[in-house]
Amino acid sequence: MYPEDLRYTKEHEWVRVEGAVGAVGITFHAQEQLGDIVYVELPRTGDQVTQGKALGSVESVKAVSDIYAPVSGEVIAVNEALASAPETLNQDPHGAAWLIKIKLSAPEELSQLLSAADYQAYIAPAS
Amino acid sequence: MHAEAAANRTPLFEAHRRHGARMVSFGGWEMPVQYSGILDEHRAVRQAVGLFDVSHMGEIEIRGPEAFQLADFVTTNAVARLKTGQAQYSGLLYEHGGFVDDILVHKVAGDHYFLCVNAANQEKDYEHIRGVNHWAAEVEFASPRYAQLAIQGPRALTTLQKLTASDLSAIAYYHFRDGAVAGVPARIARTGYTGEDGFEIYVPPPEAPRIWDEVLGAGAEFGIKPCGLGARNTLRLEAKMALYGHEIHASITPLEADLAWIVKMDKGEFLGRAALARQREAGIGRKLIGFEMRGRGIARDGYEVFVDGRPAGWVTSGGPSPTLNKNIGLCYLPRELAEIGRKIHVAVRGQLVEAETVATPFYKRAK
Repeated sequence: MYPEDLRYTKEHEWVRVEGAVGAVGITFHAQEQLGDIVYVELPRTGDQVTQGKALGSVESVKAVSDIYAPVSGEVIAVNEALASAPETLNQDPHGAAWLIKIKLSAPEELSQLLSAADYQAYIAPAS
Repeated sequence: MHAEAAANRTPLFEAHRRHGARMVSFGGWEMPVQYSGILDEHRAVRQAVGLFDVSHMGEIEIRGPEAFQLADFVTTNAVARLKTGQAQYSGLLYEHGGFVDDILVHKVAGDHYFLCVNAANQEKDYEHIRGVNHWAAEVEFASPRYAQLAIQGPRALTTLQKLTASDLSAIAYYHFRDGAVAGVPARIARTGYTGEDGFEIYVPPPEAPRIWDEVLGAGAEFGIKPCGLGARNTLRLEAKMALYGHEIHASITPLEADLAWIVKMDKGEFLGRAALARQREAGIGRKLIGFEMRGRGIARDGYEVFVDGRPAGWVTSGGPSPTLNKNIGLCYLPRELAEIGRKIHVAVRGQLVEAETVATPFYKRAK
């Protein structure tokens, strides 16, 4: 469910790092909580995002939710396909529904993020 | 642990678990917000049939030789116009004209009225009605004796007909009949909160799980879906039906809420009448009106509305309309601005997004 090669935030975003670039998305848990996603608002290529700050928002039928940047850097790509097919965020949140790609400006920030196991423990319902 | 550990549960709680519902707290009740997904459930109701657990709704019964006098005094609509076996939408108002609740009044007999009220308001409504009972009428808090299921959609009649000997096609819209469903005594009303044809049935709580399963079985050939409060909200918004706490509350009168049709000023004295008469005299300050978003963005409850760059009102309900594939909403505007075709702006998370006021309901089923 939660790929080992991703790093996760407590706000339910993920980042997949390849070299100096991180692809960012929202987690399976996030889309499950939101329900049917109908709209996503994303930054533009060239924008700077800061770890922990809102980079955009995602709207489901019933609610709107901020998306927080898991890492800081410059936006170098935006997944334009989501504008016409926001439901991809429900169907493939860890894959085809990546939101943006960021050129990392502070790679050391990655150490503050959760592993797949830690994230799963974090979202597990308290017994 | 969830914060609302003390929430009430309906007799169908286990059934919701079994169907994989996501539960939320609503009006003090732990209720299903969705099963397969709001869009899927919404579509099922518009195109075929959906089943809702609305057992959180409250029931209050008024009986006795002067039951009519009390029912007519506490409600805005004309109870005298009801025939036995008929139901009407109505308002419970405070003396100052604001809503205590919006309710359905069913005439069971000349000396017996059955009220369906909102979950979060039921104790308040009961105390309110008792507090003005100056007649030989008995007021019963009857909620514990009823579970309520809503079967809604163009296939609702065919689905429910399989489970009852009552001729459902003979029950007109906003009428009801006491009969049996799946062998269990049931009050069967042709009412609903979705803008579709359908029925709301009141049954003994212990029998509700079995009836739930039987309705799902009967509707299987039409693709019946269990539906949650999420779809109930998108469906009622498209049909422009008011939701207590949003379009109406203690500081809103029916005249402001575009509900003058449930106020019968000529019926005689009723609670709130004087305040409404004064308001009509002085002029109604604000009015509820529908809008569609023209720019990119979704209006949500509580967002501010601007006209000509100035704050002018607020959104009472807003969201995507699955049937129309538009973003819609309802808002309050000063009366002189509340006219169809006006360009307005909604403050969507700090940005003014263009919208336009439109005629409502947003959706009306073909008869």
